[in-house]
Amino acid sequence: MTSETPAIISIRGLTKTYANGFRALKGIDLDVREGEILALLGPNGAGKTTLISTICGLVQPTAGSVTVAGFDIGRDFRKTRELIGLVPQELAIAPFDVVENTVRLSRGLFGLSRNDHYIADLLGRLSLGDKMTNIMQQLSGGMKRRVLIAKALAHEPRILFLDEPTAGVDVELRKDMWDIVEQLRQDGVTIILTTHYIEEAEEIADRVGVIANGELLVIDDKTTLMSRFGKKQLSIELRSPCSSLPESLAEFDVELSSDQSRVIYSYDTRAERTGITALLQALNEAGLQLKDLSTVQSSLEDIFVDLVASNRETGEGVA
Amino acid sequence: MNIEGVKAIYINEMRRTRKTLLQSVVSPVLSTMLYFVVFGSAIGSRIESVGGVEYGLFIVPGLMMLSLLTQSISNASFGIFFPKFTGTIYEVMSAPLSFFEIILGYVGAAATKSLIIGTIILITAAFFVDLRIAHPVWMVTFLLVTCIAFSLFGFIIGLWADNFEKLQLIPLIVITPLVFLGGSFYSIDMLPEFWQKVTLLNPVVYLISGFRWSFFDVADVSVGLSVTMITGFLLLCVGIVWWMFRTGYKLRS
Ligand SMILES: Nc1ncnc2c1ncn2[C@@H]1O[C@H](COP(=O)(O)OP(=O)(O)OP(=O)(O)O)[C@@H](O)[C@H]1O
Ligand SMILES: [Mg+2]
Repeated sequence: MTSETPAIISIRGLTKTYANGFRALKGIDLDVREGEILALLGPNGAGKTTLISTICGLVQPTAGSVTVAGFDIGRDFRKTRELIGLVPQELAIAPFDVVENTVRLSRGLFGLSRNDHYIADLLGRLSLGDKMTNIMQQLSGGMKRRVLIAKALAHEPRILFLDEPTAGVDVELRKDMWDIVEQLRQDGVTIILTTHYIEEAEEIADRVGVIANGELLVIDDKTTLMSRFGKKQLSIELRSPCSSLPESLAEFDVELSSDQSRVIYSYDTRAERTGITALLQALNEAGLQLKDLSTVQSSLEDIFVDLVASNRETGEGVA
Repeated sequence: MNIEGVKAIYINEMRRTRKTLLQSVVSPVLSTMLYFVVFGSAIGSRIESVGGVEYGLFIVPGLMMLSLLTQSISNASFGIFFPKFTGTIYEVMSAPLSFFEIILGYVGAAATKSLIIGTIILITAAFFVDLRIAHPVWMVTFLLVTCIAFSLFGFIIGLWADNFEKLQLIPLIVITPLVFLGGSFYSIDMLPEFWQKVTLLNPVVYLISGFRWSFFDVADVSVGLSVTMITGFLLLCVGIVWWMFRTGYKLRS
């Protein structure tokens, strides 16, 4: 995926102020590229669902513009909505509806004529083939979520929104979900998902955006993001344990591991100088003998926690 | 125009009707039969004819209206309230459907169901009395417009209600008294003069009077007035629904 890939969704200066005066979105600018998987991370109440709901037509924007495949979501709502499928965060189901009927309904609502073959095939791919004639009430939570995915895909959309697809889903089903997403990507569907699970974003997304307090703090390719914000740790194993760090190392961000056998150095990969050479020299001068070296890259989780924490500080500073 | 979308809503609503067909048809038919037995035969045999119409026959249009109004309102209000309640409304609201199309689907289905029930009551009545219809075209017109207007009204209640109590409230405390006092079982000139005047404030009087006129050619108020009133009510409902959707009332935040 290159940055030249055309944007299928373009969001400019999007703000949303709810009727009670709460500002849930504070000027979001975002381009979603065709065919990518974009993960939106953010703490509870960040505005992820509000953002998705606005694009899908469930929430009226206060200001700003959103276009989908070049069409405005207000003026050309029919054209934009036909392209979009939405799996909501809440498990909203009609308890007495038969599975195949409810999926058929979805297809019709989006203006497509009946196609039982497509729907049977879709339900089969979602491992619901044997549940087609059950009523929703008889399904487990994970099955209900898959029916909601089937409903969202019933009209063969080009864009799929998954609002926390794996919340409250067991490990196995989560893997299933990831497979489904991967399969859809191969079919060329653009996928925007929200999640609280960093490993999920790390596992399946091409790009990751972090939202907090109604603002998009950062959005970038997963790998770029990790190297840009990534802190690395250098773990230096000592030949013989040392009871305390020599004074000469005070200028470095170093710690002694609890078993006193390793010196751990944290550095920023973005920095001009990592300071590794100087550290090694200082260690040498202090008479510590090295046995082995290893580095550990911080995970997306650490990056995320850092970002949100610093946003909270600045946010409170302003208020 | 998203015809498939309208069809999908309509079919889905009618499927719900079919699933509950027994209770939705049996209960109005049963209550109609009970009214016939009690008012038509037992009490009716002691009541002289009203305006030249035998009492058992006289109450047919009123009985139909009673069922049509309550059924239209309860079907349409429940039809939109339930998806709001379960949250499944998100799908309709995110579909490429205009408000007009959404209403067409929901209200169309509710009105159809009322129409079916009205027809069944009419057929049931034919077993008890010697039915005659003086102005069949007008009769069907009144029937249709009533079903549509009150289904719209029910739709409004369903949108407005945010709990089950509210959903029941209007039909229970407003509609039932209005219909009972609207001349279903009597002609308003059977009332004392003061109450005749009060009764004229009840819109249902005009509805029942006009409908009865289409059957027997006798009316409490002029037919023109009846037509004006029901048309006015229909337009009022259309106006309210239009406003609700324009503002996204309880559907879009
Ligand atoms: N209808 C509403 N009226 C007023 N405020 C609302 C409304 N809906 C959401 N909010 C507020 O907007 C903010 C963002 O909510 P949103 O649901 O978009 O968060 P989220 O990022 O999806 O959170 P979560 O991870 O918990 O799902 C929250 O503070 C919420 O309280
Ligand atoms: Mg959310």
